[in-house]
Amino acid sequence: MTSDTVRAAPRTPPGTVPEPTPPPPLRRRLGDLPVAVLFVLPAAIGFALFYLWPAVRGAYLSLTRYNVLTPPRFIGLENYEKLFGDRLFWNALKVTAEYVVLNIVSQTVISMLLAVLLYRLTKSMVVRGIVLLPYLVANVVVALVWFWMLDFQLGVVNNVIEWLGFDRVAFFGSDLAIPTIAGINTWRHMGYTALLIFAGLQMIPPSVYEAAAIDGASEWRTFWRVTLPLLRPVMALVMVLSVIGSFQVFDTIAVTTSGGPINATRVIYFYIYDLAFNRFNFGYAAALSSVLFVLLAGIAYVQLRLSRAGESDLRGS
Amino acid sequence: MKRCLAVAGAAVLLLSGCGAQEEPEQAAAGPVTIDYWLWDTAQQPQYQACADAFHKANPQYTVKITQYGWDDYWNTLTTAFVSGTAPDVFVGHLSRYPELAAQGQILPLDEYVTKDKVDLSIYQDGLADLWVAKDGKRYGLPKDFDTVAVIYNTDLLKKAGIKPEEMAELSWNPQDGGTYEKVIARLTVDKNGKRGDEPGFDKKNVATYGLGLNGSGAGFGQTEWSMYAMSNGWQYGDKNPWPTTFNYADPKFKETIKWFTSLIDKGYMPTMDIVSSGVGQIDAYGAGKYAMVTEGSWNTKTYWNLKGVKSALAPTPIGPTGKRASLFNGLADNISATSDNPDAAWAWVKFLGSPACQEDIVAKEAIVFPAIKTATVKAEQAFKDAGIDVKPFTMHVEQGTTHLAPIAEHWADITATMTETMDAIFSFKADVNSLDQANATVNGLFG
Repeated sequence: MTSDTVRAAPRTPPGTVPEPTPPPPLRRRLGDLPVAVLFVLPAAIGFALFYLWPAVRGAYLSLTRYNVLTPPRFIGLENYEKLFGDRLFWNALKVTAEYVVLNIVSQTVISMLLAVLLYRLTKSMVVRGIVLLPYLVANVVVALVWFWMLDFQLGVVNNVIEWLGFDRVAFFGSDLAIPTIAGINTWRHMGYTALLIFAGLQMIPPSVYEAAAIDGASEWRTFWRVTLPLLRPVMALVMVLSVIGSFQVFDTIAVTTSGGPINATRVIYFYIYDLAFNRFNFGYAAALSSVLFVLLAGIAYVQLRLSRAGESDLRGS
Repeated sequence: MKRCLAVAGAAVLLLSGCGAQEEPEQAAAGPVTIDYWLWDTAQQPQYQACADAFHKANPQYTVKITQYGWDDYWNTLTTAFVSGTAPDVFVGHLSRYPELAAQGQILPLDEYVTKDKVDLSIYQDGLADLWVAKDGKRYGLPKDFDTVAVIYNTDLLKKAGIKPEEMAELSWNPQDGGTYEKVIARLTVDKNGKRGDEPGFDKKNVATYGLGLNGSGAGFGQTEWSMYAMSNGWQYGDKNPWPTTFNYADPKFKETIKWFTSLIDKGYMPTMDIVSSGVGQIDAYGAGKYAMVTEGSWNTKTYWNLKGVKSALAPTPIGPTGKRASLFNGLADNISATSDNPDAAWAWVKFLGSPACQEDIVAKEAIVFPAIKTATVKAEQAFKDAGIDVKPFTMHVEQGTTHLAPIAEHWADITATMTETMDAIFSFKADVNSLDQANATVNGLFG
């Protein structure tokens, strides 16, 4: 409510029948709308320009054969038909799913642990800052540094492994490449996710913990019965964000394995990029992007429904 | 940040160039800035020197050089073509220019060549032909060439008891690998100090591999396997340039690859898992993990600059045909069709292809071999002055054992298919007979 609306409210003494009032002035009927529009406008323009328009154009291009340098040629649903028979597309989906599952599980578990530790053990801003550090380093830099450290023949990690008496590990070989990349990205993102969860933890009123303590609940039980359920809205947000983020994995792969060995790390985004920018197959790449869009929208919707993200178990506090 | 500003500056200059275009015959009038892109940092100084010399001779022209790493180069260029901010002149590549020519993005130079009576016979034989596209038009003047040779670690060779003279006379065959494989085996050492040709050699725990590996080579294998396959009498396609069918299913190719990958199985060459889990062949060689590698001439200086290893060159081995073989590749500069000052761009391209740049400047830097015959001799001398005997690279040109790099349409699609297939073969997840299917897919592109 703005002060305008307060001032415009009719002051009728209690018990009297209100006189028929004239229709409210335009300003009042619109309420907060003009201000709201003003505030939403910059974001809306950005959204329309950089997301909506490209998405609409992408959907159109997915129905064409287009190599960027010559005008697109309409071919109907041909790209989509091709997509269903494309072995590499299905492989890309499989590899991406593998990555997403590994990344989400490790990232969520470690972040949750970190957040609880941060919340229970320290109030230090320095420690919170340190936890966030990996996230502040650019993705490509993180990937390159890890690529060096995990190098089979020269990397410090493999030197330590050998020194401990084990065999060297081909971290980016066909079997381990996806787990390795998931691990690298977990390392980078866990601090950020931990802070999101940490913020959620701070919203839980201390009184519920006191009540749990009075009831004699153990730390473990308190976590499962009090903390986790009350974190649900935050966790839902974290999950949606990180699932979508994980699906979009690209840079780590681009600077390490480039989709190889064979097709072990050809995730969907890398495949789309490869088709568009290396092979000038923009129409087909757009079709893949459209399918990915529908897929991600579906996953986000299901996640939000399942986790009832809009509601909280905190009532009356 | 600095580069961003520089690029923005270039864009502004380009825009002002656009404005000036409205008036006809403007090229001779005001000063013109020519935007020039290249990808190799090692070569930037020498071309900057050429640019300075060019500016001195033609004060109305200034060349602005922008460098992008190879991985970003072609994407940035594609985007620049779409957004209309492409450079006037850029370093082209044989695997890329056919597509750009077919789409009308680069300018044919024939009229200029005729008008200025450019003598194409000054270049090493064959190099100028590489830049005539399928439409019969010329898109570049050769600026350099490259061949392939063996680079070996002289200390490791000595320890293995192999004499440098032996390295010059190696031969190979697809059956037992010949003397070439014997040397590779001898140079391989396991963790216990046992050599690859000694009983009790542990192929699972190798400390130094006799031969390094850069990757499966996809459908090109320039520095990986092309010198073996071609010295076995194999050719990429039915003709070159512009093949209509490829020969990846040829028995000669299959037996070459089968022999080459057997080196991995024997423990003489790293596995694909190791290769894909590594930063690169050069660094592994520098760390003494590889005793020898097969490399392109453009990387020579990089190997000599490695600290802690001393290197020497040896020619690629003689194959079953009785001859050695090396791919013969070269670069040239392309002019964007959208250039605002094609005349200025041509003046720069002509200068880059002339003795003034290649012989007086590029040859002396000893980074690459200039395309002009007389300049090649000077470059050999410059390498020699730097302590590098580059005969193993240039002997291919003298003895006529070079093979022009394949120039074909659909190269990106061929690469996609062949990367997958060759990676699988090199990882022992597929048999060499999977090349039948891959070759059919490749040939299908030309159907």
